[in-house]
Amino acid sequence: MSLELSMHTRPQVPLEAELLGPDKTLGLDSKAVSGLQIQHGNEQVTVGDFFKVKGKGEGAIHLEGDLARVKLLGSGMTTGKLHIHGDVGEHLGVGMSGGEITVDGNAGDWVGPEMAGGRIVIKGNAKHLAGSAYRGSAAGMLGGEIFIHGHAKNEIGHGMRNGLIVIGGNAGDFTGVNMLAGTIVVLGEMGIRSGAGMKRGSIITMNPAEMLPTFSYDCIYHPVYLRLLFRALRTQGFNISDAKLTGKYQRWSGDSVELNKGEILVFTP
Amino acid sequence: MASTLRFVNGRVYDPANNIDGEVRDICIKNGKVVDSLPDDTPSIDASGMVIMPGGVDIHSHIAGPKVNLARKLQPEDHRHDPHPGTNFTRSGSGGTVPSTFATGYRYATLGYTTVMEAAVTPIGALHTVEELHDTPVIDKGFYLLLGNNIYLQTLLKEGRHDEFKQAVGWWINKTKAYTAKLVNPGGDEPWKGKRNSNVTDIDEKSDLLNISPRDVIEAFVKTVNELGLPHPPHIHCNNLGHSGNYKTTLETMKTAGDLRMHLAHIQFHSYGGEPGKNPDSKAVEIAEYVNTHPNITCDVGQVMFGKSTIMTADAPLAYLLRGFKKGKWVNADAECESGCGILPFSYQEHVFTHALQWAIGLELFLLSEDPWRIMLSTDHPNGGSFMSYPKLIRLLMDKEFRKEEIGKVNQKAIAKTNLPSLDREYTLNEIAIISRAAPARALNLKHKGQLGPGADADITIYDDQEDKEMMFNAPRYVIKSGEMVIEDHEFRNDYYGKILHSAPEFDEEISEDIRPFFEKYYSIEFENYGVADHYLHEHEIIPRVSS
Ligand SMILES: [Zn+2]
Repeated sequence: MSLELSMHTRPQVPLEAELLGPDKTLGLDSKAVSGLQIQHGNEQVTVGDFFKVKGKGEGAIHLEGDLARVKLLGSGMTTGKLHIHGDVGEHLGVGMSGGEITVDGNAGDWVGPEMAGGRIVIKGNAKHLAGSAYRGSAAGMLGGEIFIHGHAKNEIGHGMRNGLIVIGGNAGDFTGVNMLAGTIVVLGEMGIRSGAGMKRGSIITMNPAEMLPTFSYDCIYHPVYLRLLFRALRTQGFNISDAKLTGKYQRWSGDSVELNKGEILVFTP
Repeated sequence: MASTLRFVNGRVYDPANNIDGEVRDICIKNGKVVDSLPDDTPSIDASGMVIMPGGVDIHSHIAGPKVNLARKLQPEDHRHDPHPGTNFTRSGSGGTVPSTFATGYRYATLGYTTVMEAAVTPIGALHTVEELHDTPVIDKGFYLLLGNNIYLQTLLKEGRHDEFKQAVGWWINKTKAYTAKLVNPGGDEPWKGKRNSNVTDIDEKSDLLNISPRDVIEAFVKTVNELGLPHPPHIHCNNLGHSGNYKTTLETMKTAGDLRMHLAHIQFHSYGGEPGKNPDSKAVEIAEYVNTHPNITCDVGQVMFGKSTIMTADAPLAYLLRGFKKGKWVNADAECESGCGILPFSYQEHVFTHALQWAIGLELFLLSEDPWRIMLSTDHPNGGSFMSYPKLIRLLMDKEFRKEEIGKVNQKAIAKTNLPSLDREYTLNEIAIISRAAPARALNLKHKGQLGPGADADITIYDDQEDKEMMFNAPRYVIKSGEMVIEDHEFRNDYYGKILHSAPEFDEEISEDIRPFFEKYYSIEFENYGVADHYLHEHEIIPRVSS
């Protein structure tokens, strides 16, 4: 049996729920989980003050209710499953290294910052800075996968060093800014200044995109690895047409203010 | 709060009063140490404990614009090290450049009660004073960067030596500083004006004003001694970090003649070898000079392995280092009377240069014969955080531990030094000298660094432990100006210390000479410059000394 938490009281200010991860609650019964101390603004409260808890910690947690003001869920998660049946707040899966987080609704800013492994699936939209580095850090996402089926906002994959981010809808500005390596796929439209300051890595987009003047056009070609990647993404529920699977892509190199070893691939029907 | 306190049965180390581990009572009344208290005064039993004056750090970087820039540059450093508040103290953030509150509390948890900020631009003095007000527990002061000041150097060039003296007096008064600090004297200005044209020799005349570092150093040694500032000019020599720089350091010390001079973080200035090639150790030569010249004091600037933050008014140096590191850095103060560069750094055991720097620092400590003239510092946060002092103390006091640590570092570097052959172990009395009595004496803080009647009741009481790192990491009691700030390792009280500064006499007329220069070149109003009296809260003017 898994742990089931349903919210009975909506927090006035964000709850900081970094203790609520499938690994951190392993072996705890509902009473022990209810008694866990978490932060509510500047007050210490217990999980039970906001959630009705059922079941036992056996590697999976289901959360229900309006969790838009619940932050830091699944922080440092190493294994197990965390399923959020609704919206969720900021800083989901901070630095996680394994396991899977699924959000049926929308997510706030900072999905999977500095994560090293595992998978986060957002069925709705996400806000800014998914898969990014925290301010000041040398590197963002180090590995793992973030799948956002809806739209995402600015600075997706800021400073990412490895891993995969897929946005089913549109992305905001500065996608892949300061990227060190890794792959970002945007199936919708991308905002401006994509790949600014990128050293290595790939950004793939299905729609015409405005290039920074520090990016240079290389060629039009069909990268074989895209077919493999897109086939895998189809199994994750992303809608990718055969034309895109087999089509041609413009390749742009950049950012020449940095190493110039990154690429932006733009689908060209 | 109790205005009296008495500790009985503790072993007292008070080298300024020739007390070396004697068991005796320490009595405190109204913030001062007193001879005795009435018999019915309650006593705290300090048996098994070691009592020392509160620590005095003569060279650290804890407040002001460059420190704050270093904080802004490294949010990651803070994020990984939150500093929670207690019922008595405020919260903050740590890392190598802690927030103001965390800086004060963390110094206090090591038993330090006085700290000097070692490099403040005149234009940054007001910011520094405001930050120092928010740095709890410790008393504090700052040294004023005057070694790359165009106005002052122009006076030197024109041979107007009396005006030079008056102007230095004006600047120290105007900013509420403690003494003059020279950083890469005469080198920053030409570097700012012409990319990478730093001076490399103490006698090299800059093409900007046609004066040499030696001209600047000589003028300041003479002037600061004439003005009777409580601490001599505090000098960061030219060529910091460069191979072969020990010659510059020796020449700098010779420039003092027999006048007082303090050499900052001398470890960074004790390198042999050819410029641009690998360095070796010249600790023997430097220690020999210091040993035989009682007018010279210095602090070591020990390198400790791990994360550090380079922050210096030596902008050309930071520019050079940023080329190796390729990470983030900041250059600042290009537009005012100094320079400034900041970059995150990390000293690693396996790196030749880092291991050599570490070993040279320890050599200097172990080779110096007079602990009253060589003081404990890591040039926080340049060589490492002040939080590593307890480990440094253990390295000095425990030769077996030192041997183990030597075994862990780059052996090619160790082979360039005499460190393995040095068997000396510092005694508790010597540690009390290098970390409190000597810095207090070098600063002419007569009421600090000692526990005689009338001394400030800044006192640290440690549990006597075999492991000196453990011991110095966690004093059981810390008393600041007679208030029990830490009791049984916990904060029991908050306390805000005072600003210590000098007020040398000078001829007011000099301001009419400075004003036109100021109005021509500065970006703020003459009247808004410096630190007006009403900005000072608790403060103390340290009287002039005759040399
Ligand atoms: Zn320094």
